[in-house]
Amino acid sequence: MSILEIRDLYVAVEDKTILKGVNLTVKGGETHAIMGPNGTGKSTLASVVMGHPKYTILSGSILLDGEDITTLAVDERSRKGIFLAMQAPIEVPGVTNFDFVKTAVQAHMPNDKKLRIGKFILDFESAAQDLQMGTGLAHRYLNEGFSGGEKKRNEILQMKLIKPAIAFLDEIDSGLDVDALRIVGENVTAMKSNDLGMILITHYQRLLDYIEPDFVHIMIKGEIVKTGGKELITKIDVEGYDWLKAELGVTELEEIRKPVSLGTCATKVPLK
Amino acid sequence: MSNEKKPDVDQIIGDYKYGFKTDNVTNIYSTKMGLSRDIIREISAIKNEPQWMLDIRLAAYESFLRIPNPKWGPDLSFINFDDIIYYIKSSDRVENSWEDVPSEIKDTFQKLGIPEAEQKYLAGVTTQFDSEAVYHSTIIELEEQGVVFLDTDSALKRYPELFKQYFGKVVSHADNKYAALNTAVWSGGSFIYVPPGVKIEKPLQSYFRINSEKMGQFERTLIIVDQGASVNYVEGCTAPIYSADSLHAAVVEIFVLDHAYCRYSTVQNWSNNIINLVTKRSLVESYGHMEWIDGNIGSGLNMKYPSCILKGDYAKGTTISIAFAGKNQHQDTGAKMIHIGAHTTSKIISKSIATKGGQVNYRGIVKQEGRALNAKSKIECDTILVDQESQSDTLPTNIVKNFKGQIEHEATVSKVSDAQLFYLMSRGLSLEQATEMIVMGFIEPFARELPMEYAVELNQLIKLEMTGSVG
Repeated sequence: MSILEIRDLYVAVEDKTILKGVNLTVKGGETHAIMGPNGTGKSTLASVVMGHPKYTILSGSILLDGEDITTLAVDERSRKGIFLAMQAPIEVPGVTNFDFVKTAVQAHMPNDKKLRIGKFILDFESAAQDLQMGTGLAHRYLNEGFSGGEKKRNEILQMKLIKPAIAFLDEIDSGLDVDALRIVGENVTAMKSNDLGMILITHYQRLLDYIEPDFVHIMIKGEIVKTGGKELITKIDVEGYDWLKAELGVTELEEIRKPVSLGTCATKVPLK
Repeated sequence: MSNEKKPDVDQIIGDYKYGFKTDNVTNIYSTKMGLSRDIIREISAIKNEPQWMLDIRLAAYESFLRIPNPKWGPDLSFINFDDIIYYIKSSDRVENSWEDVPSEIKDTFQKLGIPEAEQKYLAGVTTQFDSEAVYHSTIIELEEQGVVFLDTDSALKRYPELFKQYFGKVVSHADNKYAALNTAVWSGGSFIYVPPGVKIEKPLQSYFRINSEKMGQFERTLIIVDQGASVNYVEGCTAPIYSADSLHAAVVEIFVLDHAYCRYSTVQNWSNNIINLVTKRSLVESYGHMEWIDGNIGSGLNMKYPSCILKGDYAKGTTISIAFAGKNQHQDTGAKMIHIGAHTTSKIISKSIATKGGQVNYRGIVKQEGRALNAKSKIECDTILVDQESQSDTLPTNIVKNFKGQIEHEATVSKVSDAQLFYLMSRGLSLEQATEMIVMGFIEPFARELPMEYAVELNQLIKLEMTGSVG
């Protein structure tokens, strides 16, 4: 069981401070949701933990099982168990999905152990089947020509096979139709175990209908301003973030917009 | 290509400047250093050639003296033609000692998993590769179909009429300085004749050739695919070819007759001390189709532009090539498509990779002549630069001399992108693995055109060359 501790983290990109003192602890077996309006630093947080070179850590620390990982390269963090399902997965022409995932899984194995290819093929095919991705997936080029939904499902496929200890799922619900959302939700839920701590980043409640979080955090202007349970989700879905103004005594929330209420969505039962 | 992998061979071999020990010279038959009419007469006499071939050689020598170095492209003025031995009788060619082959080259063989006998052949330790034993059944099969597959010297002796009919007809000795030089002093190479209607199913590999000679400096290859016939020829191999000769100037002539098909695949991987200047050209008759699959991994300076002259109506030409330039390498490669017949079509796909300060240029010509009505050409040049020091230029020339032609040209130059690297590394791949994977993906459209075992070797090779590219 792993534990990720983010302590008083300040992060800037090109002189602009985005994260202003984030504190978050995620243990194996826990599922956290981070919600909040656009542009408040949710995705930045995920990228920084993964080690994206674009961001500068001004102060604070990121500890994985007590070890500070802020100086480690992206691949080292991955091999230590951090995973990021990306909002916009990158296309790599000419590289087959299968080769890529195989290399990734091999990279996570101890140096003296070799991937058993026969077993891996079976694992890959069964994961592809679980995600209803069709039989040609192995030989397609990595994310090339994938629909938005396929890309997202492909992220979950990688997560299933790599088996991380701490996983960020960055807006894994965007661009998914209802069926795809259900498939992703079910697969992610099936992965829940004491060996996996998850952080779901989302605007909307609907993902959280499929993957039930234990903790819900609201992030505004680079800070986690409120932490609670599932009840927060409903409140946000109905009331947006405006009520936080009063509660926090914030006067200027110009970046904050009320998200589209899913109650109006035809595919969903109206909210009470 | 790092110094660690391909060191300056001159430094390593020292005394073996021309590939053999100086204390052993007495056993070798070779011409004197430098070139003259007498030396050409001598070469022709040793080979016991007909007068007409000697005449062509001498005329070519005049062309060689007359024609200056190309005024475009890399500077070749440093080549000292007096400092080269133009002919070494191959059976007398003294074999390198295995101990003297640089360990880097041995390592590469090991990593590629090349059998020891073949390793020794490639390294010039043995001059004869006993292909007969290995490929006996294939050879019998070919003979039964009337296919002629010989080294070029033997073909001249055994099929003089056929030879005379085609030799020098698509690459004239007056074409360029190095085609002239090759014509004057050529030795070795492959000769293939495929009779009308004969379709050779399996790829024909140069190893099948009986008593195949060691790859030479001035090889001459002549391929004739008669009407309705087809052949898929694979020249050489992807393994590094270690040669101590500094200048290589080969000529490949291919005739694709009506409704015939020829694919010529090669992956050039000379050691880094080599200047490789090759003229490759094919003449394609009506409804014929010529495909060049051309890989350039090795040599220090390489100039190679496989060409198709699409003479007949509906003739088709395709060139798919890659060029890889590492440290101290300059690849100046490309393709030429000359449309003469109506409704002719051509396609060029060029993939270039530069790393560790290498330079890679695409240089090509597509020309649609006045009579080439409704001709269509498509050119796609993609370059990937692995680091900041590496360089690339794309130098296309597209000419349409009628009002009904069509040329599509696309060129991209990209860097290995940070977004791609971040994505792959976030899945545990090291910077090196991630870069390698992106580059391998980039050349995939080329690799998939090669026979499987070649593609595997090529991939291995590029991986080896990429080692130490980053970080």
